[in-house]
Amino acid sequence: MNLRAQRNIIRNLDWLTIGLYALLVLLGLFTIYSTNYQAESPHFFNFDADHGKQLMWIGICALICVVLLNTEGEFFIRFSVLSYVVVLIALILVLLIGKKVGGARSWFGVGSFGIQPSEFSKIAIAMFLSWFISRPSTKLKSFLARIQALLIIALPAGLILMQPDVGTLLVFSAYVFALYREGLSGNILIFGFGGVILAVISILSGASDVNYPFFGEQSGIYVFAIVLLAVGILALFGVRNFVLPRFRKTNYRVVIASMLLSIGFALAISTVIEDVLRPHQRERIYVLFGMEVDNPDADYNIRHAKAAIGSGGWTGKGFFNGPMTRYDFVPEQHTDFIFCTIGEEWGFLGSTLVVILFMVLILRIITLAERQRSQFSRVYGYCVASIFFMHVLINVGMVLGIAPVIGIPLPFFSYGGSSLLAFTVLLMIMVRLDAERFSVFR
Amino acid sequence: MNLGNRRYIISGIFLLFGLIFIVRLFLLQVTTDHWKAKAAELTEEKLRIYPSRGLIYDRNGELLVANRAIYDIMVVPRKVQPFDTLALCSLTNLSYTELVEALQKAKRYSRHKASVVKKQLDPELYSRITERLHEFPGFYGQARSVRSYQQGIGSHILGEYAEANQRDLERDRYYRSGDYIGKSGIELTYETALRGKNGSKYVLVDVRNNIQESLSEGRYDTAAVQGADLHITIDADLQAFAELLMQNKRGSVVAIEPSTGEVLALVSSPGFDPNLLVGSNRGLNYAALQTDSMKPLYNRATQGLYRPGSIWKMVQSLVALEVGEITPETRIPCNRSIIGCHGSHSYDDLEGAIIHSCNPYFRDVMRRVVERKAESNRFKDARIGLADWAERIRKFGFGTDLGSDIHGIQVGNVPDPAYYDRIYGELRWAYSTIYSISIGEGELLINPLQMANLAAIIANRGEYFPPHIIRSIGADGKPNKFRTPVSTGVRPEHFETVVNAMEKVVAQDGGTASRARLKNITVCGKTGTVQNEPLPDHSVFIAFAPKDNPQIAISVYVEYSGFGGTWAAPIASLMIEQYLNDSIADPSKAQRIIDANFID
Repeated sequence: MNLRAQRNIIRNLDWLTIGLYALLVLLGLFTIYSTNYQAESPHFFNFDADHGKQLMWIGICALICVVLLNTEGEFFIRFSVLSYVVVLIALILVLLIGKKVGGARSWFGVGSFGIQPSEFSKIAIAMFLSWFISRPSTKLKSFLARIQALLIIALPAGLILMQPDVGTLLVFSAYVFALYREGLSGNILIFGFGGVILAVISILSGASDVNYPFFGEQSGIYVFAIVLLAVGILALFGVRNFVLPRFRKTNYRVVIASMLLSIGFALAISTVIEDVLRPHQRERIYVLFGMEVDNPDADYNIRHAKAAIGSGGWTGKGFFNGPMTRYDFVPEQHTDFIFCTIGEEWGFLGSTLVVILFMVLILRIITLAERQRSQFSRVYGYCVASIFFMHVLINVGMVLGIAPVIGIPLPFFSYGGSSLLAFTVLLMIMVRLDAERFSVFR
Repeated sequence: MNLGNRRYIISGIFLLFGLIFIVRLFLLQVTTDHWKAKAAELTEEKLRIYPSRGLIYDRNGELLVANRAIYDIMVVPRKVQPFDTLALCSLTNLSYTELVEALQKAKRYSRHKASVVKKQLDPELYSRITERLHEFPGFYGQARSVRSYQQGIGSHILGEYAEANQRDLERDRYYRSGDYIGKSGIELTYETALRGKNGSKYVLVDVRNNIQESLSEGRYDTAAVQGADLHITIDADLQAFAELLMQNKRGSVVAIEPSTGEVLALVSSPGFDPNLLVGSNRGLNYAALQTDSMKPLYNRATQGLYRPGSIWKMVQSLVALEVGEITPETRIPCNRSIIGCHGSHSYDDLEGAIIHSCNPYFRDVMRRVVERKAESNRFKDARIGLADWAERIRKFGFGTDLGSDIHGIQVGNVPDPAYYDRIYGELRWAYSTIYSISIGEGELLINPLQMANLAAIIANRGEYFPPHIIRSIGADGKPNKFRTPVSTGVRPEHFETVVNAMEKVVAQDGGTASRARLKNITVCGKTGTVQNEPLPDHSVFIAFAPKDNPQIAISVYVEYSGFGGTWAAPIASLMIEQYLNDSIADPSKAQRIIDANFID
């Protein structure tokens, strides 16, 4: 590439995105600093402390930004297949030789630093999926292509499930948004939405036992199954009476299929909750729905998280002044629960600002994605935006007590080198692709 | 289909969740104080700052009660984390079961409030523990202030200062489990003055309950107010002397300054060293004292109720004189057919009857007071007369607590018509049924404090100040109610005959209380002997001195010791001599008393 093109690239960089990125990273650094600030050793540049390590990682990320922004977009496209393969190998290796941390085998330990391959799997899948969809031979309308796209996601997803890392798995649902944008039927969203509602009702009804005639004490899920059956039969009568004869056959099929699917899904959810999940996971879900739990400390984390955020009030208690987060009442207050520190020390105004900053960043990335001429860049952009969205959704939803407790980092805020590096790479590739939007015709 | 529009659906979904978060944040942070309270409950702790308790001095400024520090090991069940139970046991000298029981009890009381695990460690032992106590989250040492009795006297007056029990905690929210409270005596009566006011300090703690910093730079803290020092009316030297005289005897000595009602000494024997009930041996000592057949914990001076015996004859005289049924010149034959008598006399006037303690005389005196002939029916007549008599007796303070600040007074019994109605039935009794009360026997019950107060009333010729024990509270003087005299309703002129008779009881050769005679001091007294067939009699003596401008009034009651003049009178005399002269002229007199033993 000649010098002039290079200059154009720099001029075309989206400085708004870069600025938002820098702002969020710095806010994150100061929040981590606040959670482990010690009056005895207040030094900011203390590389033994968490904020010092994070500062070091930020330095590394700055270097990576420079490298990535100077790498031609074509490289990423060509590299996408390879990166996907590398990640798959890494995910297999981590199951074999990884370090077990908190019940999940998801880390490669290198000295005091650890690397989490699942963090980077998000990037690799995004790149490979974009490469696959943007291939001229791929027609997403065909059944085969859809199955292939699904496999691209499902393969690493299966490996991550084996770690197990439920959080990252949930984040993978982000790719559905990208697929939807590229033409996947809108029913996928309706399925998703309906599935969530069915799941909630299944959990609620399955949690209590009901005394059935002839069968005795059984899970309440069967009541819900019977209700679904009844609704389905009513719908069949409705179709017979109110639908034109020529559409009836199709409608019968749809009603019967969705009825059977719903019942099966409800029973499956209930079985998973009651028999597959470990007790503490089941308790987390029950706690989320405000149900009685035997273990009085089951909602300890979320109760303390809510107390920390709720006690912030309008403007918060001020920098370094959040006793809930500083004095260890909130668990993992510098990683997964870091939003509590924001809520406690900066109050409603501060935490709303952070939510808004994330929303602006995500919508900006969608804007960037939409202005691409290259389909690869557009798909990749949607993947990036959706991944950020899923992280914010699960993490902030968790600390606010409206999503179950699932440990995933809040982008740029949670302490940890792997996640910061992964989010930086994810975002900067998009910024570089965007900067080339005029010079490529793909 | 234009797939470009899907951009807006996706953006819309994203924005919707962003909005949900903001609303949720608003609900959590702005619309409710619930979570603020929750966070405060977790992170803020109110520490109580205990002021030091007021000291107690005697009337001459001698220190009687001081404070010393001991330590309780406390636990807050909510903050306990799994710990090495055996290490804690060996550290605190608790057995494993004791520790487990203490923890369960603490949990039952409260998960958030502190309870005592191990009580009253000496400072020396505590200093060994304190270095390692941080290894046990939820446990901490609480400094307590307990009493130290400088002279080991006056246990019944001073009373107990001990850990508040469940009832105390429920009655007054000021106290927390493990706090100390005055249980009896002065410690109880003047609890609010002595304790001062607790201060508070708000601190932030971390999740392991370590104190991290003070809240808002101590803006909400309040300082503790020191307890007020008390000066009491007791004369420590006199009290100690009385306790010495009363050793190995059952009974009481009460000395009052008649001109003020101040209690100079109040002894119940056998007593105990108040220091026994402080510190880690308290439990054992308390049990021993409680099971002692001599009841050393029992304050005979204010709770012991006795028939007064012959000293009652002065009261009868005064009431009859005031009513006008007799004059000092009234003579009554000593008719021993109805009621026994002693000594050689046959037809005494009032003075002679008091000196000789003539029973038939006073039987007839009271008959005149009770049978006024207001009704022809003698049953109805007795009711009217006795009602008037009882009211006049009550004015002497009998059957009342005398308005005293001494805790736990048993008021005794002054029989009135209603009382006899309950026993015999209405109109089923007349004077002939009840006459034994005329000579201080029968259903009459009074306590030694009331006896001493009777001596003070006679010394004052008709009035008394409520006998009290407080001289000043901190910078304030004594309460006004102790400065106001109470009248008995008997005019001073009626006292002349009684006082002269009491003088002769002591001064006359052959008087019943000649053992109470003192050089240069005119002692007025009256003996009493209360029968306990087949056991030896109780020996009673009341006195005041000097005759003019009296400075001390006293009652002495020695149980099972025999004739009143032999033991009670010399004890009273020694007390008077010690108080007025500050020395004993004839130590052998004191030695005779000290050596006497009526317990074995």
